[in-house]
Amino acid sequence: MKLENICAYILALITAPLLLGAINRTKAFFAGRRGPPVFQAYRDIAKLMRKSAVYSGTTTWVFKAGPVAGLAAALLALMFMPLGGVHSLLSFNGDFLLVAYLLGVMRFCTVTAALDTGSSFEGMGASREVQFAAIAEPALLLGMIVVIRMTGQMSLTAGLNAFSSCLTAESGPTAILLLMAWFLVFLVENARIPFDDPNTHLELTMIHEVMVLDHGGPDFAFILYGAAIKLWILGALMVNLFVPAMTANPLVETAAVLAGMFLLAIVVGIIESSMARLRLLRVPQLLIAACAFSILALILVLR
Amino acid sequence: MHGMTENIMAVLLLINLALTASSRLAGCIGLVAMQGIAIGLLPLFSQEGFTPRGFFLAGFVVILKGVFFPRLLTNTIRNASVRREVEPFVGYGFSLMIGTALTAVSFWLGTRLPLPSSPAGMSLVLPGAISTILIGLFLIVSRKKAVTQVLGYLVMENGIAAFGLAVVSKIPLLIELGILLDAFVAIFVMAIMIYHISREFDHMDVDQLSTLKG
Repeated sequence: MKLENICAYILALITAPLLLGAINRTKAFFAGRRGPPVFQAYRDIAKLMRKSAVYSGTTTWVFKAGPVAGLAAALLALMFMPLGGVHSLLSFNGDFLLVAYLLGVMRFCTVTAALDTGSSFEGMGASREVQFAAIAEPALLLGMIVVIRMTGQMSLTAGLNAFSSCLTAESGPTAILLLMAWFLVFLVENARIPFDDPNTHLELTMIHEVMVLDHGGPDFAFILYGAAIKLWILGALMVNLFVPAMTANPLVETAAVLAGMFLLAIVVGIIESSMARLRLLRVPQLLIAACAFSILALILVLR
Repeated sequence: MHGMTENIMAVLLLINLALTASSRLAGCIGLVAMQGIAIGLLPLFSQEGFTPRGFFLAGFVVILKGVFFPRLLTNTIRNASVRREVEPFVGYGFSLMIGTALTAVSFWLGTRLPLPSSPAGMSLVLPGAISTILIGLFLIVSRKKAVTQVLGYLVMENGIAAFGLAVVSKIPLLIELGILLDAFVAIFVMAIMIYHISREFDHMDVDQLSTLKG
């Protein structure tokens, strides 16, 4: 555990909410507005932290534990994520699975807290979230198997670092398929537009937003920050595939990853400005397509 | 050169999967047209190379499959005023899964049937062609609208053509043109048939033809 690894972790912690600001600024640009400041997410979190939490009489300790446990899972998962050539804080063979299921634990906490309120809206959102996650998870895991198979490395840091050097003209289609599959997973897991609208407040169409309606104060701040960290983790997964770990200079590597992340945020903003939400019935179909991309990439690697 | 063939084959595979999942007929026709153009470009990058014969063949295929067939079919669906395949026998999500499974099967078949003449690195050609044929067949049996079935037939033909253009060298030009002309006549006749079906019955749901009394 060297100093630069700790610095990279702290940098990720600090920069994660900035991505939300970048997405919102892009959307505002396309809508012809000035938009909220880039640091709005930090201000929201700071404002919420100063407030006190209000708990409904029907909720139990599960509701109070949900946001804290969810944020803890996200922070732990972030420790396994490298930043270009800068290695992650923790790493061992097979940590792919741990990261995927730490994100699962985070979702589990949110869902149980939502169900604990006893509100029918929140139950509906929880059911949708779990249904979509069940189809998105194979796409994520099969993609991870593709990385393992291509690089022969069993840990996230080593695998992602070795991936960009494995790229040849032969493996180009595989990498593109993997990128498309993971991008769809990224959009659905972070409740972004073709799957879910982060701005909507109409009960019938909400998925992620509806689950956190009853949280307030510091609890809601934890949820917002946890969502930002999740956005960072899944985004870094894709960016690290293509940022080569060739230069030994950690500063260059970090700058490259940061540039990639903000490019990703701008792409998400463009998609959100140019597309409408899918009908709920069509969402599983697109997720199955993501799985099909992953499977095809796996077939291309296995042959 | 072989890298390009591989990439074209990867494009074919993706278009196949998109075809199993899309319900809009105009979109399907566009996808099949793109597939036809990709197949037309194949002879330039495989055995044929950039020769006058290669260019002639490529141009002919691209014009026929990329321009003529799509326009013919687009006219047909405009006359019959159908937009989308509403209720296929197999739903779209499930179709996509079956399409992926068929692709996996064709990759397995590709390893079992090594081509004697193929140079190393052409390994996507056989699976790509087989999966295109299989998915074309699947489209024919799983859809109800006559237009989609014609598209399935076209996809199957594309698969066979991909196999031939990429692998077999030195087919006489006349035979290639003959095959293309056959496909052209077939599509032409089918388009006329669909037009008559839709004029007679106000729909082109082939499934309901089985209830006719003779």
